[in-house]
Amino acid sequence: MPRIVSITLQNTDDARPIIAAITADNPGARINAMPGIVKIDRDDSLTVRRASVEDRLGRVWDPQEIHLSIVSMAGNLDEDDDYFNLSWS
Amino acid sequence: MNAPLKLGLKQRYSLLTSGLDWTPSYQPFEKIYPYAEFEGIKIHDWSKWEDPFRLTMDAYWKFQAEKERKLYAVLDSFAQNNGQMNLSDVRYVNALKLFLTGVSPLEYQAHRGFAHVGRHVPGVGPRIAAQMQSLDELRHVQTQVHTLSHYNKFFDGFSEFRHMHDRVWYLSVPKSFFDDARTAGPFEYFIAIGFAFEYVLTNLLFVPFMSGAAYNGDLATVTFGFSAQSDESRHMTLGIEVIKFLLEQDPGNLPIVQKWVDKWFWRGHRVLGLVAMMMDYMLPKKIMSWREAWEIYFTEAGGSLFEDLARYGLKVPKYADVATAEADHLSHQNWATFYQYCHAAGFHTWLPSAEEMDWLSEKYPTTFDKYYRPRFEMWAEMEKEGKRFYNNALPQLCSVCQIPMVYTEHGDHGATSFRVSDYKGEKYHTCSDGCKDIFDGEPEKYSQAWLPVHQIFQGNCGGAGLEDVLKWYKLNLGADNLQQAGSPDQKLWDEWMAAKDKVAG
Amino acid sequence: MTIDIKTLKVEPRRNTFGHIARRLGADKPASRYEEATLDIQATDNFHYKPLWDTAHWHYDASRTAIRMQDWYVLRDPRQYYYASYNIARAGQYQATERNFDFVAKRGLLDGIEPEWRDTVGFYLLPLRHMEWAANMNSTNMCDRGYGTAVTAPCIFSAGDHLAMAQILGRVGLALDGNLGTSLQEAKTAWMEAPEWQGLRKLAEDSLVIEDWFEQMVAQNLVIDGLLYPLVYGAFDKAGQTRGGTGLSMLTEFMNDWFAEHSRWVDAVIKTAAAESAENKALLGQWCRHWLPVVKDAFAPLATRVLGAQQGAAALDEVCAALSKRAAALGLS
Repeated sequence: MPRIVSITLQNTDDARPIIAAITADNPGARINAMPGIVKIDRDDSLTVRRASVEDRLGRVWDPQEIHLSIVSMAGNLDEDDDYFNLSWS
Repeated sequence: MNAPLKLGLKQRYSLLTSGLDWTPSYQPFEKIYPYAEFEGIKIHDWSKWEDPFRLTMDAYWKFQAEKERKLYAVLDSFAQNNGQMNLSDVRYVNALKLFLTGVSPLEYQAHRGFAHVGRHVPGVGPRIAAQMQSLDELRHVQTQVHTLSHYNKFFDGFSEFRHMHDRVWYLSVPKSFFDDARTAGPFEYFIAIGFAFEYVLTNLLFVPFMSGAAYNGDLATVTFGFSAQSDESRHMTLGIEVIKFLLEQDPGNLPIVQKWVDKWFWRGHRVLGLVAMMMDYMLPKKIMSWREAWEIYFTEAGGSLFEDLARYGLKVPKYADVATAEADHLSHQNWATFYQYCHAAGFHTWLPSAEEMDWLSEKYPTTFDKYYRPRFEMWAEMEKEGKRFYNNALPQLCSVCQIPMVYTEHGDHGATSFRVSDYKGEKYHTCSDGCKDIFDGEPEKYSQAWLPVHQIFQGNCGGAGLEDVLKWYKLNLGADNLQQAGSPDQKLWDEWMAAKDKVAG
Repeated sequence: MTIDIKTLKVEPRRNTFGHIARRLGADKPASRYEEATLDIQATDNFHYKPLWDTAHWHYDASRTAIRMQDWYVLRDPRQYYYASYNIARAGQYQATERNFDFVAKRGLLDGIEPEWRDTVGFYLLPLRHMEWAANMNSTNMCDRGYGTAVTAPCIFSAGDHLAMAQILGRVGLALDGNLGTSLQEAKTAWMEAPEWQGLRKLAEDSLVIEDWFEQMVAQNLVIDGLLYPLVYGAFDKAGQTRGGTGLSMLTEFMNDWFAEHSRWVDAVIKTAAAESAENKALLGQWCRHWLPVVKDAFAPLATRVLGAQQGAAALDEVCAALSKRAAALGLS
């Protein structure tokens, strides 16, 4: 059985470019909208790429800014200057 | 001078934090960290600790300040615009009363508990993370008080939340849960709150319930809820790092950690029964059933998690199967209990409408019509005849979770589930195998419990009569308690809605 | 749907919570500080004794010899609750961040005289370990203290000390071109240099103070009360003639912080002393015990930085100021 990683973000203006970047960069990601939030699930791993968010945002974006929009997550986290990754080993 | 080396996030964080500690030589290590060893956990190398979130204090301030500015702007505007009038229905407010009296004081306990761990765990990384979590938890209790302060201005049941939390019978369920964690050693606390509660269970409270708040028009609560949850994802990550670290450090840690995971999963499951009822019965517009939330956040997310941790030999918590089976019963049994006892509670109850019962039938096809609908329909009949049913017998409480013995036997829903343990010549009753195991594991601890019903009988709660006890709770009789219909809350709401209709023409 | 609120009766039925109204003497609007702070900690009917301290409850006023009728008189004059604290610190740190940028862009640290640069590496960078001990002590006061009015500012203070430890780390990185070697050298000095051993012993001794209110006096009044004026006052001043102005910009946070922190510390200690003759005597005794201990611990460092005569004079001066401050708080 595939192991599901998941990230939930607020459905806000700040989070929408992140949601769009995740959708584009992670084929097979499943998007579930609920009131106020968007839960994104994917098998095994999921990555938020800095460059991809910056393309959509049109400004410099620090992956730590995800702290302002995140609601929940599942998976082991690896965070660095250029990405924010969730995976099961 | 040469151009400075470019530092990555990980390197920079490591340089700024990991060397702060030193090996003491003027005071013995055991005196500086007196609680590091009594639980039997063995750590060989704290430097193996990897911080998942590499937040320096300045980054912490920056992000948290921005969150707070946004949150308080919403709270101010909610108050100025009387946002409470845009709720789907006034019944919803009762869930908030339960939240303020039952949950917010736990955030405070978490704050102080993480201060304890943030001082006493020997290891810079986890200590800093625990200190930041201590700050976050203080944030949560304070933002919740500030949010619900506005509701307190208009509705009953909020005003004495602090007094009630230390006294009221059903609030001893969450209170004893956290007292239990606070009085445990630092590593057990970390596993109890950081892992079992934050990682495995609190999603069930904060994600679907807060989404429900949004759905029911409560802009203030959803804002604090999701804003708190943005800290929570940091806490969850800390929880999972701690458990992995303990399991990696020494094989001897596994049985100790497994026992804690089993204990705290079950204890957390019992406390969250209150949330089950909030979701299935107290949200006027439903978002998802408790059962569905359990499937997403425990069965699915927890399943992946425990599969991942299996490589360390850690097993799915004991009685997880029982908890999953109980998800079909939990909210109904809890709501039925509060329906019978809301004369002694700080919030109102009501019977589900015909429409709501149909929703419950659909969401709980194997249990609702069979066990619970008949009971609610009977009570509805009694209400019509003017014989609204209140239960005046004081219930027996479980010695561990402190919930009245209302749950039914796993596999036999006609029989009440209870277990007995003997300890030092006394009998102690528990509600389930899960709670009995916990009692038997630490009888000297649970035999100390301040059980509200025992305390009432011993005359420690204001007097012998129910009214004496309720006054001792500072329950405003006829306003805070009894059913929703006929309450001052309902009357006020009806006036507002009538006026609103008139204005809208 | 928009509605005209004026036509609706939306009069509040009460202004604040019951426990706040009882403290204010009437149901009247309360501040966010008051609602976030007063009586927030549980006080009654605890369930279990801590496995780690069976002699007390987890919230227990008897963990200190100081006695208060009401622990909520120990208010914070800054009226900090989480949001106001974080917003204030984020603003202050923005200035620090700008100063780091400014100093880096103009190469202001390059202008420090080489000999003074060594002195700075020696006296300033090991202080990150003193900050770390202060962080642990503040966390401990939050853990063991009683009543949110005094414990909440303690965890804020813990965050402040961590931030200052990290500012010193950043100064080290600015000095060594991000190699981290200066921080390693500083740690070696902290562990081994004779001038640091009195201070390291002080730090370790402060970590095991049993009574958290004594720790409050030792750390917040005496250690902080000497450290910041001595290091960021006297030492820093000596650097001004040796090209140290850029450095002063990087540690300006500490001066601002100390002034603000002292207002809180003074309010807490003054109020506790005013409560009873016993409290006053105890606080005075702790202060008299720790002042010479801390002074002696700083003496070798002061000598190393300022020379024997000037070092002693600077230390006497900050000690005299602290004694005067303690006297104003009612400590004899």
